[in-house]
Amino acid sequence: MKRIYPLEERCMGCGLCEVYCTQEHSQTKDLVKAFRREYPRPFSRVRVERDRPVSFAVQCRQCEDAPCVLACLSGAMYVDEWTGLVSHDAARCIGCWTCIMVCAYGAVRINPQTGKAVAKCDLCPELKVPACVANCPNEALTLQEATA
Amino acid sequence: MEAIREVDPEGSISLVAEEAFPSYSRPMISERLSLEADHAKIAYRQGDYWKAQRVDAYLGRRAVKLDFEARAAELDDGSRLGFERLLLATGGRSIVPRMEGVEKRGFFTFTRLSDAEVLSEAVEAARSVVVVGGGLIGVGVAEALVKRGLQVTIVELKERLLSLLLDAEASRIMEDAIRAAGVLIITGRSAQRVLGREGDEATVGGVALDNGAQFSCDLVVVAIGVMPRTELVAGTPVKTRRGILVDRYMETSVPGVYAAGDVAEAFDFIQGDDRVLALWPVAHLQGRIAGYNMASYRREYPGGTAMSALSYFAVPVISVGLTQPEKPEGYEFLVRRGPGPRDYGKLVLRDGRIVGLILVGAIERAGLYFALMKERVDVSGLKERLLSDEFGLASFPEALRGKLMG
Repeated sequence: MKRIYPLEERCMGCGLCEVYCTQEHSQTKDLVKAFRREYPRPFSRVRVERDRPVSFAVQCRQCEDAPCVLACLSGAMYVDEWTGLVSHDAARCIGCWTCIMVCAYGAVRINPQTGKAVAKCDLCPELKVPACVANCPNEALTLQEATA
Repeated sequence: MEAIREVDPEGSISLVAEEAFPSYSRPMISERLSLEADHAKIAYRQGDYWKAQRVDAYLGRRAVKLDFEARAAELDDGSRLGFERLLLATGGRSIVPRMEGVEKRGFFTFTRLSDAEVLSEAVEAARSVVVVGGGLIGVGVAEALVKRGLQVTIVELKERLLSLLLDAEASRIMEDAIRAAGVLIITGRSAQRVLGREGDEATVGGVALDNGAQFSCDLVVVAIGVMPRTELVAGTPVKTRRGILVDRYMETSVPGVYAAGDVAEAFDFIQGDDRVLALWPVAHLQGRIAGYNMASYRREYPGGTAMSALSYFAVPVISVGLTQPEKPEGYEFLVRRGPGPRDYGKLVLRDGRIVGLILVGAIERAGLYFALMKERVDVSGLKERLLSDEFGLASFPEALRGKLMG
């Protein structure tokens, strides 16, 4: 199972990962249209954590024994049998925010489009390499087999 | 059960459950009441789950007696089930206050799916309801009944709602939101009598409070908490206090007999003692730990603590740990208000470590604080920035950052 690893010393904190994540999770997949014309407005699943001089990008860590899955009240957060990914079924989600409470990475957010369910990184299922990794200008994000 | 199967795919597992439903999410019975969830959505696992896991499920049956000598459980139909290991996950029973009139038609408790179903049916012909109890369950029931179009009154004994989870300021934000939804809130009062209807004493017609005030209503729902169901082990060597006492492996005082969930009294890593925490995520974790140990894969329970995430009346709330120490000495309180009128944050510190958290409104960073609590990180040096917008994973001590980011 693959996981995205940030390289703290390479990250410039530019935020392009957030931009490309937003674009990839938009309807048009066109940056300008996505930001200006789409409603509900698309949003990023990755966030750059900055506390100068430290910065790095954080998205779902695909935890083993993922606390969000274990704590989920409705069974909406689950480990997909085929992909092994921590996945989320918005139709089952009741928006109780328990997953948000237990995620040490703050990687689960309230879906700002609906306000009723959560959203998280899905490792860009339509792409070979997730958008944030592929577009990081300083190669500060890598996709690797999970080590732990 | 899943934990047992992870370790032991072969061994035989029997499950005895009084409720005849397939496994469901108990916290979601409010969604069942508000009609936002049907049976399919409330199901916690999909399909013919017990069969798929090769579990002999005795649904709608009750264990009435445990024989620890012979290692067998007697069921309500007189049959016996032998066991090598036993898990007691009997949960909690709604507390019904001692008051007149609880036998009347239209009086309900709210702990099980069947409670939600009969209440849901009664709602069809009702216009107004008094909810007794303004805690987590009471507020959840109130929200569901507002969604069903009822005029709702909440009666709470304490001076404010959600007093176990929230401080006064956070309670006020919630109360404002609840009132804005048209709910009448009465605090500092207890319900003393359930009144009958004129010409029909056997049906609920109202409630009388301890100050003599009377409210007419069609339904009364009591939600003042649950008591661990320890009756099965009464008079046995299994030690109990409020709940069934367990060690860090979820094992009771009788070897091979385990307890987990709302019935168990287990370690609280913030309070440093054992207590009953009737909360879903805590119960789930305890169940897993018990399962691993029952299958002889030794795993220690890290401990739980009071932890609740709520989204009632469109106000997100997260409350963890010790939010209101009895005596403030030795504690430090960090507070943040805004940016919005419903945004509020509070951290409780003891010896430089976070022991309590309340977030209202902006809750998306709650998990970061929860991580700092669990890891018992000294945050003395970060105090000024902990609740600022800039605070994040990048502000964590380098060692913890390394541990988290792998």
